[in-house]
Amino acid sequence: MQPTPFEYAPAPESRAVVDIASSYGLYIDGAFVDGTGRRFKTVNPATEEVLAEVAEASGGDVDRAVKAARHAYNRVWSKTSGRDRGKYLFRIARILQERAREFAVLETLDNGKPIKESRDVDIPLAAAHFFYHAGWADKLSYAGFGSDPKPLGVAAQVIPWNFPLLMLAWKIAPALAAGNTVVLKPAETTPLTALLFAEVCEQADLPPGVVNIVTGAGATGQALVEHADVDKVAFTGSTEVGKAIARAVAGTRKRLTLELGGKAANVIFDDAPIDQAVEGIVRGIFFNQGHVCCAGSRLLVQETVADEVVERLKRRLTTLRLGDPMDKNTDIGAINSPEQLERIRTLTGIGEEEGATRWSAPCELPDRGYWFAPTLFTDVSQAHRIARDEIFGPVLSVLTFRTPDEAIAKANNTPYGLSAGVWTEKGSRILRMANAVRAGVVWANTFNHFDPASPFGGYKESGFGREGGRHGLAAYLDVA
Amino acid sequence: MADRLEVRKTYKLFIGGAFPRSESGRSYEVTDTKGRFLANAAHASRKDARDAVTAARKAFGGWSGATAYNRGQVLYRVAEVMEGRRAQFVAEVAAAEGVQNRRAEAVVDAAIDRWVWYAGWTDKLAQVLGSANPVAGPFFNFSTPEPTGVVAVLAPQDSALLGLVSVLAPVLVAGNTAVVLSSYARPLPAVTLSEVLATSDVPGGVVNILTGAAAEVGPWLASHLDVNAIDLSGVDDPDLARELEKAAADNVKRVRRPASEDWNADPGMSRLRAWVETKTVWHPIGV
Repeated sequence: MQPTPFEYAPAPESRAVVDIASSYGLYIDGAFVDGTGRRFKTVNPATEEVLAEVAEASGGDVDRAVKAARHAYNRVWSKTSGRDRGKYLFRIARILQERAREFAVLETLDNGKPIKESRDVDIPLAAAHFFYHAGWADKLSYAGFGSDPKPLGVAAQVIPWNFPLLMLAWKIAPALAAGNTVVLKPAETTPLTALLFAEVCEQADLPPGVVNIVTGAGATGQALVEHADVDKVAFTGSTEVGKAIARAVAGTRKRLTLELGGKAANVIFDDAPIDQAVEGIVRGIFFNQGHVCCAGSRLLVQETVADEVVERLKRRLTTLRLGDPMDKNTDIGAINSPEQLERIRTLTGIGEEEGATRWSAPCELPDRGYWFAPTLFTDVSQAHRIARDEIFGPVLSVLTFRTPDEAIAKANNTPYGLSAGVWTEKGSRILRMANAVRAGVVWANTFNHFDPASPFGGYKESGFGREGGRHGLAAYLDVA
Repeated sequence: MADRLEVRKTYKLFIGGAFPRSESGRSYEVTDTKGRFLANAAHASRKDARDAVTAARKAFGGWSGATAYNRGQVLYRVAEVMEGRRAQFVAEVAAAEGVQNRRAEAVVDAAIDRWVWYAGWTDKLAQVLGSANPVAGPFFNFSTPEPTGVVAVLAPQDSALLGLVSVLAPVLVAGNTAVVLSSYARPLPAVTLSEVLATSDVPGGVVNILTGAAAEVGPWLASHLDVNAIDLSGVDDPDLARELEKAAADNVKRVRRPASEDWNADPGMSRLRAWVETKTVWHPIGV
């Protein structure tokens, strides 16, 4: 018997806490300025309502932003003590905490993720990243990179739409702590929290030009990473764009770190605590609608428990609540854009064509907005596109294995290597699996946890460099 | 009475622990800095590069899976065998680099000492580069360095032994395997190093040494999808270096760009860091 979800009264978060302007400029040299390029609209993916008009930074705008960052680096930031850099970062962290509700609501409106995730994960973790790195700013000589490690200069940073403010924090906090100035481009579909962050920089009295925000799409990002006066490029996003950026910086002096796609294996052994594993599987692939580069999108289940795990998983997915992201009870929010929805539909269609068996949770999809029901595929082979390509949506491919060696071989049978999960009660098996899996983050008997003290980043085509922890500082110091 | 007529040598490649000729059948003359004939060296081709990558991949599991202590023992043994060949290395460095014997001796001594220095790093790396991470929750969370995989090394063109050792040894420390393209004009110290490696305890395939031209072999290594990282130290032509870096993006290789290097300076940890990945493992803490 399939369980039915409890009936809950709607519990929407109030959007009155945030003022969205009808139009936004670029944040360059400590001021909001009109761009010289076109303007574009950002919409709420849950309702298709236009939230605001945003400037698409032109090449000239990007040049102004880089010049501002260079000027601020030369005149101010490189002469600011580590202690004072740290104090600015502490201020920013505190302001993020104070304005957390405002940021959470804005993030959910612009991105479509459930308010409980933006409220409990994205925004607190973003503040935590600033707190963590604030403390490093005057302790860099103890970080293991020599007695007086130097910053690189001006960092160009391009971030994705899945965790807009959190990815901003992952980029800006270590860059500033290490003594760099930045020009950051948020994703085209989620610019609003980055622009609100610009206000936070003003509130903190951060010197003008230390942080510059240029909004736009691919062309703006390209102009930024190709700018000749940039010393460092940091990118989080698709492997395809990451490769293009690597080609663009070839032969230059620019340092590069890339955090790209993934196709993580989540490996369930027959001795795993099945109830906990099912929760972990859900957290692994349905957190943030599966818009997570380290999502556990390939479930590898030991054959003897495969039927049981899939059955319990389906029961659990039936109880997930999909709908208004602003409702505090919502588990699954909106897909971020029509383009992403189309990609998910295309790949799941290919999954069916190639012979995998599709099952989707029987939930009602709202009439407006971009939605995709939690879906899993069984009878998946390693050759199927849905087992190889990053779908970046709420879609799980289930494969089986018999022996640990087979699990390792299948887990590693991917050009990606960002993350992996392993579920077993046997300690020695956890450690063997953790050693054997070629991935930058391994979650054992848990999944999708993040922390500013914990280095994050990939092997192979999932990119290089780490974000977070002592290791993450290397990306913004002249230590290579 | 004439001096004894010397036995001239035609050297081969070093792939998978064996010494094959180039699949292409080609070789080239190696001369000293004054143009006098020294030996024939194999002229490596695309096929040789691919064979070497296959051998390096095959050796990766064993070498990366060996204990750090064992890798240290094996690498130290290499230094011991180098010491035994010291006179040969000195003669080859003197001929290749056109320096006096005394200078060549200093270079060879520095090369052997550098190898010893790196050999001692194997069982320190994880402690120096690793960490236990204080995350805000009930988890045990730790990070350790792991080898990147198969590393292609385009060795320095000028410093035929000290430069070569300085770029190769750090690749091996963490458990990577290597495909090395030696200096084109000065390949003989690399050839002798391959004889040293073959007669020490380094498993076949862990180091593969090709002799040939960076412009010819480099692109095949840079674009090879089973190579995880590439060191462009030996690429003197900036245009070629840029093209190789672009090709390396096809599978997101880790790239070390060419830079002016003082091979006598303290190498620091830079090259050790270049060829490792950081793995972070989380586990809940509970009862």
